[in-house]
Amino acid sequence: MAAAAQTQASPTTGSVVELRHVHKWYGEFHVLKDINLQVRLGERVVVCGPSGSGKSTMIRCINRLEEHQRGHIFVEGKELTNDLRQVDAIRKEVGMVFQHFNLFPHMTVLENLILGPTWVRKIPRKEAIDTAMMYLERVKIPEQANKHPGQLSGGQQQRVAIARSLCMKPKIMLFDEPTSALDPEMIKEVLDVMVELAEEGMTMICVTHEMGFARTVGDTMVFMDQGEIVEMAPPAEFFANPKNERTQLFLSQILSH
Amino acid sequence: MTDRTAAHEDWTRPPAATTGVIGWMRKNLFSSWLNSLMTLLAIYVLISTIPGLFQWAFIDAIWGDNPPEVCKNMPGACWSFINEKYRLILFGVYPYEEQWRPLVAMIIFLTLIFGSCIKPLWVLGKWIMAIWAVGLVMVGILMWGGVLGMEYVDQSQWGGLPLTLFLATFGAVLSFPLAILLALGRRSDMPAIKTICVVYIELIRGVPLISILFMASVMFPLFLPTGVSIDKLLRAVVGLILFSAAYGAEIVRGGLQAIPRGQYEAADAMGLTYWQKMGKVILPQALRITIPPMVNGFIGGFKDTSLVLIIGLFDLLYATRLAFQDISWRPYYIEGYVFCALIYFCFCFFMSRYSQWLERYLAKGQNY
Ligand SMILES: Nc1ncnc2c1ncn2[C@@H]1O[C@H](COP(=O)(O)OP(=O)(O)OP(=O)(O)O)[C@@H](O)[C@H]1O
Ligand SMILES: [Mg+2]
Repeated sequence: MAAAAQTQASPTTGSVVELRHVHKWYGEFHVLKDINLQVRLGERVVVCGPSGSGKSTMIRCINRLEEHQRGHIFVEGKELTNDLRQVDAIRKEVGMVFQHFNLFPHMTVLENLILGPTWVRKIPRKEAIDTAMMYLERVKIPEQANKHPGQLSGGQQQRVAIARSLCMKPKIMLFDEPTSALDPEMIKEVLDVMVELAEEGMTMICVTHEMGFARTVGDTMVFMDQGEIVEMAPPAEFFANPKNERTQLFLSQILSH
Repeated sequence: MTDRTAAHEDWTRPPAATTGVIGWMRKNLFSSWLNSLMTLLAIYVLISTIPGLFQWAFIDAIWGDNPPEVCKNMPGACWSFINEKYRLILFGVYPYEEQWRPLVAMIIFLTLIFGSCIKPLWVLGKWIMAIWAVGLVMVGILMWGGVLGMEYVDQSQWGGLPLTLFLATFGAVLSFPLAILLALGRRSDMPAIKTICVVYIELIRGVPLISILFMASVMFPLFLPTGVSIDKLLRAVVGLILFSAAYGAEIVRGGLQAIPRGQYEAADAMGLTYWQKMGKVILPQALRITIPPMVNGFIGGFKDTSLVLIIGLFDLLYATRLAFQDISWRPYYIEGYVFCALIYFCFCFFMSRYSQWLERYLAKGQNY
């Protein structure tokens, strides 16, 4: 059995993220059921599905904020195991943006941005500041560098959070509903930044219900329900003729308003 | 003349009854029946205590250099007692001729403490540690002597305020890192570490300080090989540190619990190691919110140092009691306690005010 698992344990060539027969339980509750997903370099995957379907859990397994209990997850060819050093090595390459930003409130925006680069990547402070300012300009808020996160609007905070991830020069970006805690007028400024990022060729896995965004930049739509991947297709096909009836129901609900 | 009433009502100002002293009193002291009742009650209590106290402490008091006979059967406070004995109270049984040394040592020590509290001096950064090291060496040389022509004074002769300050400061400062480690350990994923910390905290918290000090002084030596002896003062400090660390740990744990899970996750997702995450992200936030209960603990600990008398150390309170062991001054113990209480109060009040300032200072620019 162990030997069989060993022989399986090598990622499919060409995929930067691969989930293979991944299962996870919270106690008795089966949150992830046999998840299979391959993400190529530069691919943009958009994950959607009803609340509680396990979307967050799935992408949180990719940087091991959650542990999977069965199956294999490979990131950049390395498998996620209990080896903490391996986990840290993978986390360096994977950026994550959260629904509630999770900026560090006791630091200024700039300090938030250089924390990872200086401590994890061991980049000299001066250089880290230059990079940070560059990314702050990219997300269009260089003038806020010395403020504390609490003094910024939600949209600005989320753009800072994206910049913070980018400062680590990640190869893959995970987004967990980055716009769903924002007021409507701020959603666009965050989506604009994400579209730009996609156009530069960043590999992205994004949980979102922003279907406009999914249509413009998505390469693959993933629909999850009750812990399973129910349907996976390019956006054009996914929206035009969804095959599964659960997908049809979900789309009819979400597109009706 | 006809629109006189209109002119009379000045719309540009608030009505007189809501401003000024009367307005303030109406709003704050007599806003309701209950409030008025409480105000009157408070006034009554003040009237029935303050004038009498004032009469005793100032008007009828006997000041200056007088023998105890002068105070006999007098209605006021006998401050001559303090006049006579303040050096015993402040410095205990430290050799009389040498008492300038603990005085200077104490001034250096307090300068170090207050200096470290003042914001403009924080620019010194790491130098503060070096200054402390030099300062403490100077304090040690002054207290022990034995060099530079100063007579050697064994620490069994130290006492009074310097002793209380040393005990309280080292007890508080050194227990702090231990408290943090215990709190982190208690929240650790590793069962062995977690169990050790839980057992330690619960054990120490379940026992009075007096018994810990007593064990430190009586039981420690039993475990040590014959010939090796740890000094009484050191044992007291160790006892105080071990004790306050258990309480501090629970305070820190409360702070850690108040930090949202997202903060841990963001730090993890960035690839920070455990100690980087704690040191840079979690503890700075957790410790800020634990300032009020921490300082509360320090204030309690400061006064708890008076319990070291049971292992025979002459702290401020014990030295005060020593002062009225003198038969002729015995009736004036109240004055002694008042004096002693005032000293305690000054330090505790400073700590309290400082913590309030620190809280506001650290809260600047961030709102949760
Ligand atoms: N720590 C936990 N312990 C137990 N159950 C959990 C835990 N975290 C999540 N769950 C459950 O797992 C299921 C999947 O949660 P998950 O957060 O992945 O859903 P989601 O698809 O992201 O939903 P949403 O759109 O609301 O964010 C939910 O039913 C949730 O109640
Ligand atoms: Mg979710």
